[in-house]
Amino acid sequence: MQTELLEQPNTPTILPIETLQVMPMIKMSARNVDAFFGKAQVLHNISLDVPANKVLAIIGPSGCGKSTLVRCLNRMHEVAGGTMAGLVLLDDRDIYKEDAVRIRKRIGMVFQKPNPFPTMSIFDNVAVGLKLNGLATRRNIGEVVERSLKQAALWDEVKDALNKSGVSLSGGQQQRLCIARTLAVSPEVILMDEPASALDPIATAKIEELIHDLKKKYTIVIVTHNMQQAARVSDLTAFLYMGKLIEYDETKKIFTNPSIKQTEDYITGRFG
Amino acid sequence: MSFVVSASQTTKVPVATSPKRHFGDVAFKYTTTIFAGFVLLLVLLMGFEMYMQAKPTIEKFGWSFLTRTVWDPVQEEYGALPFVFGTLFSSLIALVIALPLSIGIAIFLSEMAPRWLEPPLSFLIELLAGIPSIVYGLWGIFVLVPWIRISLEPLLSRHLDFIPLFRGAPYGYGMLAAGLILSIMVLPIVTSISRDVLKAIPQTQREASLALGATKWESVKLILGDAKSGIFGAVLLGLGRAIGETMAVTMVIGNTPSISISLFDPGYTMASVLANEFTEATTAMYLSALIEIAFLLFGITIIINMLARLLVWSVTKK
Ligand SMILES: Nc1ncnc2c1ncn2[C@@H]1O[C@H](COP(=O)(O)OP(=O)(O)OP(=O)(O)O)[C@@H](O)[C@H]1O
Ligand SMILES: [Mg+2]
Repeated sequence: MQTELLEQPNTPTILPIETLQVMPMIKMSARNVDAFFGKAQVLHNISLDVPANKVLAIIGPSGCGKSTLVRCLNRMHEVAGGTMAGLVLLDDRDIYKEDAVRIRKRIGMVFQKPNPFPTMSIFDNVAVGLKLNGLATRRNIGEVVERSLKQAALWDEVKDALNKSGVSLSGGQQQRLCIARTLAVSPEVILMDEPASALDPIATAKIEELIHDLKKKYTIVIVTHNMQQAARVSDLTAFLYMGKLIEYDETKKIFTNPSIKQTEDYITGRFG
Repeated sequence: MSFVVSASQTTKVPVATSPKRHFGDVAFKYTTTIFAGFVLLLVLLMGFEMYMQAKPTIEKFGWSFLTRTVWDPVQEEYGALPFVFGTLFSSLIALVIALPLSIGIAIFLSEMAPRWLEPPLSFLIELLAGIPSIVYGLWGIFVLVPWIRISLEPLLSRHLDFIPLFRGAPYGYGMLAAGLILSIMVLPIVTSISRDVLKAIPQTQREASLALGATKWESVKLILGDAKSGIFGAVLLGLGRAIGETMAVTMVIGNTPSISISLFDPGYTMASVLANEFTEATTAMYLSALIEIAFLLFGITIIINMLARLLVWSVTKK
């Protein structure tokens, strides 16, 4: 499947494989993705690979299509009424040929604004995905909730208040609650769309630390406006500008020695 | 002591830096407050006036007015129970019929319908609310009641007569007709408020559930969970509408002050008895009894509407 794709004309091998020490396993790939809202084209021919157990940061100025790109990766783009063309592969299989509900279980998403379910307790907020997916048995549900909250570094703060409402938490705690909710259904890939943009520096640091831990088990794609954050948490960085993928490389390379002038300008703050 | 002084100094700061207050703003604030207060005063005055006018029966019967079933102007014996029962029972029937329909339509409008379809459909439903109730009443007499007598009641009693609700002779006029007509009349209000409540739930909530791998139906269920207090409010508003509805009900309910569990039997509501008998109330006691019923109706509708508004606000305000 993979080789077949590589043989297609106009399909560049996007990942700079030679720069990585080990041949990585590719978890997700976008192949010539175009995305539209009505007639307006928002993404132009985007191709990139996301290796397993790595963190990919997507950076770029506001409105360049970062959110749209990650939403194409778990079929949320169509929920907002958008359309797309091209291929998105998860483990070399086209996610647009499979059941969207099942795909979204495998590819979790954390949103920019924390969005816990307001009428549910902390416990139920984490358990809700299990119940939806029929993964729940009475016995394991408590265990999974505890494990997910621990992974999201929230357990110690809420373990005595699991029955309190999810919205009674602070913004940073709510965001970690949403991360726990996503982890509870054991996705393979986690997409985060500016997960820390509404948070203070301490809460942000916690989330970044969390991302570090999570990549042992998950493949992560994070959208961020914050260059330092991208540099700190990611292994690979993709720079998007006006719906086009300008440069995609190892984070170290992008931030120290980008090959394209536009990337350098953006990173050094000359525009955007 | 010095602490107190410094505290009062700090409280002065925001006053000094606050923008200059304009005379117009102040005047506007006070005039609007006066108008708002006037509405409240009007309600209180109405309640007080009714209480005063109803004094003779309140003093004679006390609380038993609520539990007595006789209504005999000749003997000067009055009890409100058949009317209270008729009002609550007909409203309940209306809700049982209208509720699933309204919520179903509201879900369709806010969650399922394509964007171009929602406005015209909403408009049609709100149009139902604008039809005068006398028109509903006439339709009830000429279309609904004959259909109930000839088709619906015989059918129900043939198949469901093991349930006491569906026993008795098919008159056509009665609780069933009143409940059905009321259900059509409360449908628009329950539907449109439920739809507003659902639409007020932020899109991020829908995305949250879908991104967790919820199906459309599961996502709607979660949204309904968020919206339930608001929808309950919509139902209460519908109930308030049903309880106060007069004309259409009076025309089809049969106007008989009896208490019966059968839907086929005629009944009487508080609003109907007021409309029908007010002109005949020649004695002071008769008038007082009617006004006491009006007072009850007034109290019940105010309480229900306030509760309903509170619930709807609690959801849509955020
Ligand atoms: N629901 C929508 N309907 C129509 N156009 C949209 C919609 N959402 C986004 N767009 C357009 O698509 C383009 C890309 O939007 P997108 O949200 O992906 O940008 P972004 O890079 O995530 O920006 P930001 O950093 O501000 O979040 C923008 O020009 C925007 O106007
Ligand atoms: Mg965005």
